[in-house]
Amino acid sequence: MTTLPQSTDRKLGLVIDLDTCVGCHACVISCKGWNTENYGAPLSDTDAYGANPSGTFLNRVHSYEVQPPEGTAQLVHFPKSCLHCENAPCVTVCPTGASYKRVEDGIVLVNESDCIGCGLCAWACPYGARELDAVEQVMKKCTLCVDRIYNENLPEEDREPACVRTCPAGARHFGDLGDPESDVSQLVAARGGVDLMAEQGTQPVNKYLPPRPRDRLDDVDVLAPYLEPVTTGPQGFLGWLDRALDALPGGKE
Amino acid sequence: MHPAPSIILFTTLSGLGFGLLAFLGLGMPGSTGWVAFAFFAIAYALAGGGLVASTFHLGHPERALKAFTQWRSSWLSREAWTSTATLTVMGLYAIGRVFFDADWQVLGWLGAALAVVTVACTAMIYASLRAVPRWYNWLTPVHFLTLSAAGGALLAGQVTIATPLLALAAAVQMAIWMHGDGALARSGTTLASATGLQGGTVRAFEPPHTGTNYLLREMVHVVGRKHATRLRAIALILGYGLPILLLLLPFNHWLGLLAVLTHVLGILASRWLFFAQAEHVVGLYYGKR
Amino acid sequence: MNQPRIDTSPKVSDEVRRTTCYMCACRCGINVHMKDGRVAYIEGNRDHPVNKGVLCAKGSAGIMQVNAPSRLRAPLKRVGPRGSGAFEEISWDEALDLAVSWLKPIRDTAPEKLAFFTGRDQSQSFTGWWAQQFGTPNFAAHGGFCSVNMAAAGIYTMGGAFWEFGQPDWDHTKLFILFGVAEDHDSNPIKMGIGEIKARGARVVGVNPIRSGYNAVADDWLGITPGTDGLLILSLVHLLLKAGKVDLDYLARFTNAPVLVNGDPKSPEHGLFLRDDDGKELVMDRASGKLAPFDQPGVRPDLAARHRRAGITHRTVFQHMAERYLDDRYAPEAVAGETGIPAKKIRALAAEIARVAFDEAITLEREWTDFRGETHKVMTGRPVSFHAMRGISAHSNGFQTARALHVLQILLGSVETPGGFRFKPPYPKPATAHPKPHCKATPGAPLDGPHLGYVQGPDDLCLTADGSPVRIDKAYTWENPMSAHGLMHMVISNAHAGDPYRIDTLFMYMANMSWNSSMNTGGVMQMLTDTDDNGDYVIPRIIYSDAYSSEMVAYADLILPDTTYLERHDCISLLDRPICEADAAADAIRWPVVQPDRDVRGFQSVLLDLGARLGLPGMVDEGGAAKYADYADYIVNHERKPGIGPLAGWRTGGDGRGAPNPRQIDRYIENGGFWVSHIPDAAAYYKPWNAAYQDWAVKLGLFDSPQPYLFQLYVEPLRRFQLAAEGHGERQPPEHLRERIKATLDPLPIWYAPFEDGHADPVEYPIHALTQRPMAMYHSWGTQNAWLRQLHGVNPLYLPTKLWQAHGFADGDWAQVSSVHGTITVPVAHMAALNENTVWTWNAIGKRKGAWALDENAPEARKGFLLNHLIHELLPARGDGLRWSNSDPVTGQAAWFDLRVKIEKVPPPDRSQPAYPPIKSPVGQGPGTLAWKVGE
Ligand SMILES: Nc1nc2c(c(=O)[nH]1)N[C@H]1C(S)=C(S)[C@@H](COP(=O)(O)OP(=O)(O)OC[C@H]3O[C@@H](n4cnc5c(=O)[nH]c(N)nc54)[C@H](O)[C@@H]3O)O[C@H]1N2
Ligand SMILES: Nc1nc2c(c(=O)[nH]1)N[C@H]1C(S)=C(S)[C@@H](COP(=O)(O)OP(=O)(O)OC[C@H]3O[C@@H](n4cnc5c(=O)[nH]c(N)nc54)[C@H](O)[C@@H]3O)O[C@H]1N2
Ligand code: SF4
Ligand code: SF4
Ligand code: SF4
Ligand code: SF4
Ligand code: SF4
Ligand SMILES: [Mo]
Repeated sequence: MTTLPQSTDRKLGLVIDLDTCVGCHACVISCKGWNTENYGAPLSDTDAYGANPSGTFLNRVHSYEVQPPEGTAQLVHFPKSCLHCENAPCVTVCPTGASYKRVEDGIVLVNESDCIGCGLCAWACPYGARELDAVEQVMKKCTLCVDRIYNENLPEEDREPACVRTCPAGARHFGDLGDPESDVSQLVAARGGVDLMAEQGTQPVNKYLPPRPRDRLDDVDVLAPYLEPVTTGPQGFLGWLDRALDALPGGKE
Repeated sequence: MHPAPSIILFTTLSGLGFGLLAFLGLGMPGSTGWVAFAFFAIAYALAGGGLVASTFHLGHPERALKAFTQWRSSWLSREAWTSTATLTVMGLYAIGRVFFDADWQVLGWLGAALAVVTVACTAMIYASLRAVPRWYNWLTPVHFLTLSAAGGALLAGQVTIATPLLALAAAVQMAIWMHGDGALARSGTTLASATGLQGGTVRAFEPPHTGTNYLLREMVHVVGRKHATRLRAIALILGYGLPILLLLLPFNHWLGLLAVLTHVLGILASRWLFFAQAEHVVGLYYGKR
Repeated sequence: MNQPRIDTSPKVSDEVRRTTCYMCACRCGINVHMKDGRVAYIEGNRDHPVNKGVLCAKGSAGIMQVNAPSRLRAPLKRVGPRGSGAFEEISWDEALDLAVSWLKPIRDTAPEKLAFFTGRDQSQSFTGWWAQQFGTPNFAAHGGFCSVNMAAAGIYTMGGAFWEFGQPDWDHTKLFILFGVAEDHDSNPIKMGIGEIKARGARVVGVNPIRSGYNAVADDWLGITPGTDGLLILSLVHLLLKAGKVDLDYLARFTNAPVLVNGDPKSPEHGLFLRDDDGKELVMDRASGKLAPFDQPGVRPDLAARHRRAGITHRTVFQHMAERYLDDRYAPEAVAGETGIPAKKIRALAAEIARVAFDEAITLEREWTDFRGETHKVMTGRPVSFHAMRGISAHSNGFQTARALHVLQILLGSVETPGGFRFKPPYPKPATAHPKPHCKATPGAPLDGPHLGYVQGPDDLCLTADGSPVRIDKAYTWENPMSAHGLMHMVISNAHAGDPYRIDTLFMYMANMSWNSSMNTGGVMQMLTDTDDNGDYVIPRIIYSDAYSSEMVAYADLILPDTTYLERHDCISLLDRPICEADAAADAIRWPVVQPDRDVRGFQSVLLDLGARLGLPGMVDEGGAAKYADYADYIVNHERKPGIGPLAGWRTGGDGRGAPNPRQIDRYIENGGFWVSHIPDAAAYYKPWNAAYQDWAVKLGLFDSPQPYLFQLYVEPLRRFQLAAEGHGERQPPEHLRERIKATLDPLPIWYAPFEDGHADPVEYPIHALTQRPMAMYHSWGTQNAWLRQLHGVNPLYLPTKLWQAHGFADGDWAQVSSVHGTITVPVAHMAALNENTVWTWNAIGKRKGAWALDENAPEARKGFLLNHLIHELLPARGDGLRWSNSDPVTGQAAWFDLRVKIEKVPPPDRSQPAYPPIKSPVGQGPGTLAWKVGE
């Protein structure tokens, strides 16, 4: 069913905070672990202990350097998985209907038993969010942990994606981005969340919170009064010390 | 994009085959009997062979029939339909020609039209991919169509038509190269837009994995500039220049055959470049293009 | 639309077994999901005090660790030459008999001939006890090459350090300043803390030559020149003192700032504290103007006091500090060049610290009573917190630098106050409350006490009558008197040199000494295989316990294969390195959530078995039979002191103190593998002086009686060593060390240039070279993990823009990197967010061919490399006829990060250099493709 739904009831997705992501890859591995054991075929690894190991991952963490025209360069860790686009080109190109976007929550999924492994959806995705599994030869992608978020065998608090649950820095948030009142929508509004490659017209649901401005300590002038010397020279310092001690509670009665 | 031999073969051969079928459907040449059989056999071998080659690219060819289901949105699915339709209609038409010495014109025109649509669908598979700016462009279908037309005419022995068509296709080929070279830059997609990072020049620092992965294998292929220029020259000369020259010479079947062969070689080179030079925007994330 | 119907509630697992992670020393709680009796998925335990549900990449990849093809399968006896990797599998009985046949004669005649050193041992209180019962003085764990500077500086200064001893008050801090940390042991909590404070809008400042990881998310980054943090910190101290932005009340009450220092230059006590007859430090009471012991109820210690006696003026510590640090040599302008931090930035940081500490001070409405009996209505916090680790400690000036940082925090009054730095039980615990080192070996008998401890002066050194070192690692000698963790990095080279003596058996546990954990890796391999004139190995016997096919395995004669962490009992004890939080005491266990499928045994159980076979006291009963069936039995039933055992929870009669409880382990398992006891609110801060905390700690068994103490801005034991160097006292240092001791063992923090600067020509070797831990790898273990090795399979050397351009490097290029000691040839990459004179790489990615069940052409062995080949345990010769050790002169900590190099562009070789021949894998090579679901 590769036509996209007119609209979805909810827009579930992730909000990723580039201000706090420390690049630890925890989300990468918990995703690998959960999705190897759960939805669809296991995420395989080829030449696992060999010269050219390569495996399927649904979430990968890049890192980038931003060099401002003046001043020090910055480093940004950048996790990336499927953005569950509203206008998902990966869905419409799929010839078999294996790729689809769910009406109830907007999650983009691959029905593996229908997938012929043509790879076209991976070509269509500008973000590199789909990988063809080398062993199973079907298309794999982030499922938004659809088998966790509604899973009645999990305690309520665990009904969130594996990557969100595990992120030590709290840089990943999950929720309904279609609901302006939701925590994630509020966060996006407050922090100026952005779309990746907006010009591609995919209308991603996932949002990225940009790093806050860095290296602002140099605005020294407002801080200067805090370092006003109490005295000049060691002798003067003792005098100040005496006075300061007197001023302490219980100092000079 | 990774220039997979199966896809290069598929697009080259099926383009030629459907081009030839179109001409055959239009009654050019209007031969019958064994001669017609030979023409149709070649056309089917190319078009069908190309389609078969394309299934090598599939992870699960045994499920290929499912590819017919999504004609409402998927150009690949549409291609599946139109190619099957073309082959079916043209098959009937061929029966008339070969066995009954008949020219069921309506079928022929329909088949020719379907062949053109098939080539257009194939082209649209690529042209609709916004993630590959070099392809995302109306020139892509024009390129595929002119190439099929020229190749088809050449195979169909339509020398007078083939020559101008080849010239036209060559012009489109050059246009698409020139246009394509700036496509990524013009697309507005940059590492900055891909990451949303502002306030300076963005540079890929560390990739997410030190090894390779599916995306890099499939979507990132770096062609050296020198290499590309050389291949373009080869594609132009073999695919278009030489065939035109050979056609301009007094006609001779051997020369005709030679023209076809050089054309195919040239187009293989062109197709290799079509893929290898196409930069998928995902390469930006890896600091590669 | 008819979209496929999918099962959104699949069964997750048959059962969840909760235990403790082992992929690093953070020791998070994990939920191990089991299917068909096998491990299916691992996630964090939400109830666990350490990780509260989160889990790092290594922890999540535990399933690949338990199933790693590199796991050893049975005891191994060497059959080929050392280093070849040729072994035969033997039975456990054979293995233990062999070990006994080596160890028994040693114990009976000369116990010191056994050197037992353990790596990142999480059972050190047990292994140390074993070594003590054996009677050898030669025991330590890895701390000497890891971070003893941080630990010792913290304990001597304030009774605890960062590291595992304490943490920022994440809930209240407003400014968090991080020095030289890439990952640390408190790995998940730091990430959680940074996330939490950033979400609150608090600021993070990173001081690090490299801006990655935590430093990448820091709001401000100071790309300091390696080895110069001490200068930066003392410059901050200079500015804060000068502006009077220090917490005088706190200093007067809780630190030795008001203690009077003997000012008589002729006295053998010059520079020591004035004390009363009970040995208590004396302060001047500001109210009465009289001398008084520091802890006298009602006393108001006077920071500004001077005491004249017999014509000599004795001044307070604080005045000594003011005199030293107000000096303009610590002015920002004076240190900017060396530190690489502009003066303006140093001022800005100092001002920001002052602003937050004093303008944004916070108060908690909690009443508490101090050790002098005075009750305080509120708890006042200076919400500036610090954390630091090996970036400052792994330098030869690391002890003093770490001291400087602790002093800075104390001056601000931000230690153990809300928003500042807080200890985790059993800390705070001052140096005086720790044991002193013991080293008296007697054939056939236990050692006279615990090996490791805190010296108070020359009398406590481990020296023989002729002044030579007692210990094989030369710990607690004049070369490094306060080597509180021993010097594991010197064991092999000293044993090889027979200096101070030859040993018979080297027994090691989980330390990859022939590879990534040694300096001078090539040299170590050579020493381990070197033979004497008779063709015998210079180090005659080597026993080693590893769980995996590491590089070190090839160099041992006998291998005792350990289980993986999910297959054994372990104990994370309050006697050792517990998992406590600032608000709670906690300890934990591991238990066999799966059974080993190989002929392997938990090392601790093996050690008990070995101890019983050797008849070691405490390990056998009166009849000579084994006292403990296995480690689990020991964990439950062993008592260090009556009522105090390895685990504090669910003892018979209560938590902390009580008789052994046979159901204790079951209770831990029921509770998720851990036990936690919360500190009462009124006891949560000011712990060293808070009567409520002291009482709580006594009740729990952390100590036997309240022991409040003062923070030691001025560390008297250091001064005692200086006095000896000045010629006072019986025990005298050797001549060649006198000047160095006088200069470096200063009782107030100082800065001196890293030693390598004085040995390697800084002009010829102008570049600093560092390593960092990748968050997703644990030293060498990560590589055997099929998931993790895809993340970090090779490690380029990162070069700053200046060097990148100066040498005309481009992507894909290689460089030859040389130090005074060696040369490596390695791939390079560009990094702009880097100190312009520093290069770095990820630690321990490079692998020896044939190790870890990897293909010999694995990228780790082909392109990966170690910086260790460039580092030596000794400094280059300098013409004084001596080889100085590449360590901190106070603690002996290995100075990994003092390394200086030069760089040259070279044509790409086919593999990184040096390349060593492959070792034969005792476990074969891992499979090609992995694609399995346990549940199918
Ligand atoms: N993931 C993971 N976690 C680990 C480990 C692991 O291997 N992997 N190992 C564990 C062990 S054993 C240890 S000891 C801890 C160590 O934890 P860390 O102390 O974080 O150790 P390193 O990774 O060596 O990082 C040292 C940091 O100090 C910086 N640095 C170096 N020199 C200087 C300097 O002069 N000044 C300043 N300001 N910074 C400097 C380096 O750039 C680097 O960022 O980590 C533990 N945790
Ligand atoms: N260049 C450079 N070198 C460094 C450092 C640096 O910063 N830079 N850091 C130094 C520091 S701080 C440290 S702590 C050392 C760390 O160095 P090591 O302590 O040597 O670290 P590992 O490589 O983890 O090796 C430990 C060994 O334990 C084994 N092991 C793992 N699990 C088990 C188990 O369950 N049981 C048993 N018996 N064995 C097990 C592993 O297989 C491995 O062989 O490296 C030091 N080396
Ligand atoms: S990110 Fe890619 S795979 Fe995911 S919905 Fe968008 S286009 Fe499709
Ligand atoms: S690979 Fe599978 S999911 Fe992707 S387009 Fe082809 S059939 Fe659809
Ligand atoms: S939501 Fe689930 S599938 Fe998607 S990246 Fe996170 S863990 Fe992976
Ligand atoms: S787990 Fe969180 S902090 Fe770590 S890489 Fe993923 S998003 Fe970043
Ligand atoms: S930080 Fe990671 S590796 Fe260390 S104990 Fe926690 S989960 Fe395990
Ligand atoms: Mo360490």
